[in-house]
Amino acid sequence: MEIKETAMAGTLESSDIQIMLSAGTNGYEFELESDVAKQFGDQIKATITNVLEAYDIQNAKISVVDKGALDLVIKARALTAVQRALGIVDTPNWEVM
Amino acid sequence: MENKVNRNIPDEILAKYAYQPFTSTDIEGMPVERVLPTFEATTGSNKLVDSLTDLVNKTVRDGMTISFHHHFREGDFVFNKVMRIIIDNGYQDLTLAPSSLTNVMNDIVVEAIEKGVVTNITSSGMRGTLGDAISHGALANPVIFRSHGNRARAIETGAIKIDVAFLGVPNADEMGNANGMDGDSAFGSLGYALMDAQYAQTVVLITDTLKPYPNTPASIKQTQVDYVVQVDAVGDPEKIGSGATRFTKDPKELKIAEMVNKVITHSPYFKDGFSFQTGTGGAALAVTRFLRQAMLDNQIKASFALGGITKPTVDLLEEGLISRLMDVQDFDKGAAESMHKNRNQQEIDASWYADAANKGAMVDKLDVVILSALEIDTKFNVNVMSGSDGVIRGAIGGHQDAATAKLTIISAPLVRGRIATIVPDVTTVVTPGESIDVIVTEVGIAINPLREDLLAVLSDVPGVPVFTIEELQQMAEKKVGTPKPLEFTDRVVALIEYRDGTIMDVIHEVKD
Repeated sequence: MEIKETAMAGTLESSDIQIMLSAGTNGYEFELESDVAKQFGDQIKATITNVLEAYDIQNAKISVVDKGALDLVIKARALTAVQRALGIVDTPNWEVM
Repeated sequence: MENKVNRNIPDEILAKYAYQPFTSTDIEGMPVERVLPTFEATTGSNKLVDSLTDLVNKTVRDGMTISFHHHFREGDFVFNKVMRIIIDNGYQDLTLAPSSLTNVMNDIVVEAIEKGVVTNITSSGMRGTLGDAISHGALANPVIFRSHGNRARAIETGAIKIDVAFLGVPNADEMGNANGMDGDSAFGSLGYALMDAQYAQTVVLITDTLKPYPNTPASIKQTQVDYVVQVDAVGDPEKIGSGATRFTKDPKELKIAEMVNKVITHSPYFKDGFSFQTGTGGAALAVTRFLRQAMLDNQIKASFALGGITKPTVDLLEEGLISRLMDVQDFDKGAAESMHKNRNQQEIDASWYADAANKGAMVDKLDVVILSALEIDTKFNVNVMSGSDGVIRGAIGGHQDAATAKLTIISAPLVRGRIATIVPDVTTVVTPGESIDVIVTEVGIAINPLREDLLAVLSDVPGVPVFTIEELQQMAEKKVGTPKPLEFTDRVVALIEYRDGTIMDVIHEVKD
């Protein structure tokens, strides 16, 4: 699947995460900002990667501002961002949820 | 070698500083020898000096130890004024020994380190840009962190030998009689500064308000003071203490506070004449409110409240629910102002408050204390010094000292954001688990297995679920996930002493 448009989900409130997806050409290109990057940076990227892979997205630029979100929040925001980026908000892919 | 809390203390640190490793919180019978300053008697009738710059040049020499107090907190002007002169006059190799360092002091300390002006620091703590600089190896020699009681001990025994103390006061007369409770920049108790006034070789008072002689009540006395200098302003009244204290509306903090209150009221210590100390966090202040109601309901009065005093505690004094406030510092305006009108609000110095090397400190008589924590581990060890990223951002304060109370309660949320508060091993041990009795979180409590008596009385309290500390740790980990371990280099950037001067832990340089 290809990203149709740049899309964003989430806020900058504490315990939330803001994820912005835009079209890329070189696999997953992450830009991560987080106070807990040292301890959880890899896990944040892995959670988002899992969602992208579930939607069969090959290339994406992923800009992430994390405010200490728990894993389930990260997954929810990633799902929303992907559906917006793919233009399938009205027809969500229930299989991956 | 490994000390009693399983922390590896490098041999070269033990050797260089002649440290004994921490072994026990029990220090009964520790031999103590005090070192008093030597000086030349003065009989002049006026100690006023016109220029602070001249005074610095007259008193400070390369390699000296200089000290300050932190009673002005974030409203301090004195520290920056003096350090600016010291840096601009090119002094080198000084040891900085303040009672603590607040954020307003950070930039100038970093500058002094970069220019070689300051080469050693001992403090209760540090935060922000300074903590960050130290954690990244800015200072060649490790910072020594000491509790308020331990600083008093170190000063009395000569481990900290202060050459010049620069003490800001909101009022003074020309001979050096001063207190902390009058003037535009009043902050209340001078508790920490009283140590410097008593033991420093040279004592300089810096004030913006000269009073007619003799100025009373005098907390610092003319017998201790060498020079008095007047400046425009010693502090910003708006930033010295927090304004009106508001009670938290945070449901998590309220739940913790309610549970802390239940732990106290169901403990054997909640009886007429009990004593307590609380901190300043939202939960601690809420505890004071719950405790007030419990005291009224059960017709119980406290003999004293200790430590840092806040307005809600003063209210209990005025209501007759507490007979004495033993006040080493005041956290808000209400508490500072009440020192005047309440003769039962007694100013105490850091030694009387919390010093282990004493013929008895007030913490020895303390029944209940509520303390906070950045991290607590499954051995009940507490970290109040290094943040979740391993960077220094805290202060020991009176934590180690007050934790010797009969019932030491740590109140903390199970997690903060994605950071677990209860962990398998704390990053830095500040207060040993041996001192800690009960951990209170929003989901329930854990009782130190050493305290079988408390396990018995607290196991059936309605609304207070009891878990093992391991269960709490696993709950936290389940919520946030397993963090990747922090990475540090071999270099030691700070030392954590225990209150008896033994070494508890070291902090390493962070690897970025």
